[in-house]
Amino acid sequence: MIEVKFYGRGGQGAVVASIILANAAFKEGKYVQAFPFYGIERRGAPVAAYTRIDTKPIRARGQIHSPGIVVVLDPYLVEMLDVAQGLKPKGTIILNTDKDPSSFDFGKRFNFFTCDATSIAVKYKLGSNTAPIVNTTILGAFAKATGLVKLESIIKAMPEKVSLMVENNVSAAKEAFNATIKG
Amino acid sequence: MKLVITGNHAAAYGAKLAKPEVISAYPITPQTEIVEKLAVMVADNEFKSEFIKVESEHSAMAACIGAEAAGSRAFTATSSQGLALMHEMLHWAANARLPIVMVNVNRAMAPPWTIWADQTDSLAQRDTGWLQFYCENNQEILDTVIQAYKISEAVSLPSMILLDAFFLSHTSEPVEIPDQELVDKFLPKFNPEYKLDINSPKAFGGLVTQEWYYELRYKIQQSMQESKKLICDVGQEYRRAFGRGYGLIEEYGTANADILIVTSGSMVATTKDVIDEVGKKRKLGLVKIRSFRPFPNEEIKRVAKGVKKLIVIDRNISFGNEGIFFTETKAALAGLKNRPEVYGFVAGLGGREVTDEDILKIVDIVSSGEAEEFNWFGLK
Amino acid sequence: MRQSKDKNKKKNIDKPGKFKSHKDLPPMAVSLLPTSINKTGCWRALTPVIDYDKCISCMLCWKFCPEICITPEDKPKIILEYCKGCGICAYECPKKAIQMKNK
Repeated sequence: MIEVKFYGRGGQGAVVASIILANAAFKEGKYVQAFPFYGIERRGAPVAAYTRIDTKPIRARGQIHSPGIVVVLDPYLVEMLDVAQGLKPKGTIILNTDKDPSSFDFGKRFNFFTCDATSIAVKYKLGSNTAPIVNTTILGAFAKATGLVKLESIIKAMPEKVSLMVENNVSAAKEAFNATIKG
Repeated sequence: MKLVITGNHAAAYGAKLAKPEVISAYPITPQTEIVEKLAVMVADNEFKSEFIKVESEHSAMAACIGAEAAGSRAFTATSSQGLALMHEMLHWAANARLPIVMVNVNRAMAPPWTIWADQTDSLAQRDTGWLQFYCENNQEILDTVIQAYKISEAVSLPSMILLDAFFLSHTSEPVEIPDQELVDKFLPKFNPEYKLDINSPKAFGGLVTQEWYYELRYKIQQSMQESKKLICDVGQEYRRAFGRGYGLIEEYGTANADILIVTSGSMVATTKDVIDEVGKKRKLGLVKIRSFRPFPNEEIKRVAKGVKKLIVIDRNISFGNEGIFFTETKAALAGLKNRPEVYGFVAGLGGREVTDEDILKIVDIVSSGEAEEFNWFGLK
Repeated sequence: MRQSKDKNKKKNIDKPGKFKSHKDLPPMAVSLLPTSINKTGCWRALTPVIDYDKCISCMLCWKFCPEICITPEDKPKIILEYCKGCGICAYECPKKAIQMKNK
């Protein structure tokens, strides 16, 4: 079973990202589960969302403490939290940042990938300039970094949770797929 | 059609397929998405229903009572504090023999303020005359809402469908949504014998003295008893129509088991994983209690035969006594010769996780002889 | 965007409490310190700034502030340690003397 943890700030779409990923894997015939950090959220506060993917029915319930993959939607969170806490050794961490991968030490312990999802999201007018919504964009990076789900599946899964500007979201995910850097 | 949806949305789809004519509810975390989804479905004309916005849960239940008394199928949903607020009306609904179906998301009672999973809220309502079904996963939630209308309308008693806060309500997983036509065939239109009807006026709920109150109560008990067989029959009919069957309990890995874990709700899924891993080796099986009211006394007696130990795990507590499923399980076995030893564990109150390791630890505590009759697991 | 004052302190979302056992707990849920220790100023994305040339000391901002973090002195003063940046004061000010700014 693969366990993915998304970190974001309330309102950035981490929960929607976890569900789109689940739907994408579901379309590829996998068993899935997705859920938010079980708590009260407010805009701007750090939140987590989770996705489980398996080839057999998933019965596990409750929070994921040792994810195999971590996706960080907001670069600021790296300063606030230990986003790699619990991440399995040699796990994968995908970070939305415009900084060079060498400015982080994740590459020493994990499979580390970066993508400037913020700029891409702003380019495609997803959210606002000050509060871009990077969830669909970062899923493009996820597809490239992990190969766990096809980019086409992510794109096919978007319309279920994305009602506005679907084409922009699709283009952003595609661009992110090609702009993912291994650290 | 299979969709990846939360327990709350599964409840909404189940309700929609049952076509309630009246929906009346008040929002409360973690139930809100049930009614929000239904509101969107009604607004989008996916089905017709009179959506009554009310100022409290007490009013929500009162509105459902009024609707059902007039012969309209009604639906509502709530949780913890909201359920407690409608307590008076819960008695009313059952005593008036109105087959309302309500989804209650099991959330711990405050204070302290909390929003997480705990069954004490619904179990505190066990004496109100409502049938109670505890769901293991989102598919079961949808399926049980539909079956509950059939059962309730046949015995004229309301049903409560329970799901754990967040573990089910906010967790998305694949759920098969049945076709409306098949559900229409399965669930006939609500047509009560007695209802408010200006063409045949009657007075309901008038004063009854000691002369007949007692017998009216006996009739409710009779209907509850009848519902036991009906729950199984409807469950089998559901299997024939939709491929998934249900009963009062479910046995998992119980053949050749010396120790049986008895539990309910989302903990059942976790326990099934434990049984898959070590069940054969440790002669461990699971009994899932799905129907808490009516309590499956006969089934508990049956599965307990030849078993050495029962371990009941409760995500609830009745202060001054024990975990509630534990007390009722023990009582069911009281008259049995050669009873197994029954151990009770309270765990997971306030939404604390009960993992597979925890369940194994509980089994170890019992196997090692360290267990008291009643235990608080993992107390700090 | 505001920087956390303690950049070196890594916090986890689920931080353990200070009690060790049930014996350490009071009988009911109660805050053992006044809630003024909870400095919610770090929640802000935008910060209200009062233009005192426009301010007429009507104190409507103080009346409407849900956090009660404006002091009704001669001229209103916003207590930034607690201000969550909701913007209600800026919205209600009849002289538009308060602006929400990126600080």
